[in-house]
Amino acid sequence: MAGLTIRDVVKAYGEVEVMHGVNLDIDDGEFVVFVGPSGCGKSTLLRMIAGLEEISGGEISIGDTVVNEVAPSKRGVAMVFQTYALYPHMTVYNNMAFGLKQAKTPKDEIDRRVQQAAKVLDIVDYLDRTPRALSGGQRQRVAIGRAIVREPEVFLFDEPLSNLDAALRGQTRLEIARLHERLGATMIYVTHDQVEAMTLADKIVVLRLGYVEQVGKPMDLYNKPDNLFVAQFIGSPAMNIFNSKVDGKTVSIGGDKSVGDLENAPAGDVAVGIRPEHLIACKKSEAVISGKLELIERLGDHIIAHLIRDDNSEFIVKTEDFASNSKGDLMHFKVDADRVHYFDKESEKRIS
Amino acid sequence: MAIVSQSSKFGNIMRPTMAWVVGLVFFFPIFWLAFTSFKTDADAVKPEFLFFFTPTLDNYLNMAENYDYWRFAINSVITTTFATGFTLFVGVPAAYAMAFNPSRHTKDILMWMLSTKMLPAAAVLYPMTFLTKNFLGVFDTHFLIIIVLSLINLPIVIWMLFTYFKEIPKEIIEAGKMDGVSTWGEIKDILLPLAWGGLASTALLCFIFCWNEAYWTVRLTTTEAATLSKLIEGNRAPEGLFFGRLSAVSMAAVGPIVVLGWFCQKQLVQGLTFGAVK
Repeated sequence: MAGLTIRDVVKAYGEVEVMHGVNLDIDDGEFVVFVGPSGCGKSTLLRMIAGLEEISGGEISIGDTVVNEVAPSKRGVAMVFQTYALYPHMTVYNNMAFGLKQAKTPKDEIDRRVQQAAKVLDIVDYLDRTPRALSGGQRQRVAIGRAIVREPEVFLFDEPLSNLDAALRGQTRLEIARLHERLGATMIYVTHDQVEAMTLADKIVVLRLGYVEQVGKPMDLYNKPDNLFVAQFIGSPAMNIFNSKVDGKTVSIGGDKSVGDLENAPAGDVAVGIRPEHLIACKKSEAVISGKLELIERLGDHIIAHLIRDDNSEFIVKTEDFASNSKGDLMHFKVDADRVHYFDKESEKRIS
Repeated sequence: MAIVSQSSKFGNIMRPTMAWVVGLVFFFPIFWLAFTSFKTDADAVKPEFLFFFTPTLDNYLNMAENYDYWRFAINSVITTTFATGFTLFVGVPAAYAMAFNPSRHTKDILMWMLSTKMLPAAAVLYPMTFLTKNFLGVFDTHFLIIIVLSLINLPIVIWMLFTYFKEIPKEIIEAGKMDGVSTWGEIKDILLPLAWGGLASTALLCFIFCWNEAYWTVRLTTTEAATLSKLIEGNRAPEGLFFGRLSAVSMAAVGPIVVLGWFCQKQLVQGLTFGAVK
């Protein structure tokens, strides 16, 4: 078992730098999720850890060993690919045994490990089949099995669920969480889906354009996002952002009441962030914001309402239900003062 | 609906008909050759005997007596087999490198290789003959013919293999790297099994091209390394037009490759029309 240290890691393709000095510490046994929009560098970072991409600058250490120049198979890592990347011409058994054979593991040891992994993943019945004869979910299990049998110190998952349908995705997500519990190994998981990130991670790393935007526990990112990007990326639907001028220290976004007070407010505009689930319908006299109801999306246990303000800007409210309101109604909302996030318009950084 | 069914009915008849017409046009020379090889030299030039004639085995018997058919045939087999083997031996790693570890120049190299096919062979006939005869001393050797056949076919073989390899998902190769497979193991255990269809059809095509090559095999050999192309050529020139005999020799020369192609046509068609991994 081992942790990971990433120091000033840079990735450049020729002149073009795509990762700009990333620093990160991952503890032994931690489940870390790299999340961010496409092109943020999350997969590149994972592939550098795996050894599939060269490290242009900086150092990556697994345990106490700097692995920059170590071959992928010697790093003590195993990877699960988005496309499964199973060997199509080999049986499930041989797919799982291939890596061990390369490492000259004794036959009975290979058999023991493959059988054990197959049992854990419930694919014992398919060991003699080729990947062609398996469903997507089964293929993904085999891909995970191929990683397990190598008993790596660090598991790497590159968007492992994005080729599965919704129902299977939820189930497999749960299985990966259980696997982590059971093996206790360090796991690094790349996804663009913030739900996967929130549910699986001990620690989330939010990346954008080759920079780390924030590192933290899921609920910390949700409750205290460092900047506007993280605020809008974590949470679904995304956080509402309103522009506001600060009058002294009182911040208001157009309603009868102010949203709260802001000590040491900057001179310019302030971005006020309120999550859709924190807006509560109320009387006009209590409201911090009002809008005309434009559209309601009913999702069974809750609704997502889209509202339009006087200045034609939109905001979203997530709530259990509106008892009697219908399209076109003017509605008013309040918010708890400690649920409000403030960001500097210029630097996009959190003001606290 | 009526129109659709009508037009597809039309297509159902027309398409096979066209295929047969095209097939027959291509097959006609072989058919004519086969017929002529069973005619006497006198009958061979008379149009009225095109289909109706008294078949004779004289041409074949004559050939067996007067020419050393087997020596030419063995030379053809040796040069073609070794040239195909050598071409793949060089071509597989080259195509592998270009497909999975491309550099900025890979596209240029591929184009450059193709451009060598644009050189008219006749332009280098004199230097080739002169150099191999007077300087290198390899004129009329198996070695020379194998090298020449290999070099002629290498560009097309690398192009074909490159295309097949390109269709193999990169992740599978990467999974191999994660599993700790060596470069040779990667080619042997992952690449070749996956590209088997493409590799087979490439090898077959290369074999056919080598067997049929006539320009250089005729000009760079005299006796020692002379192939079946040389045998046909030799029968044409000195003694005038003996169509019957010439046809028998030609049949004996193209026969093996036609039979080989016939047996492998499924493999060939599959390899040429579908990808390597589906």
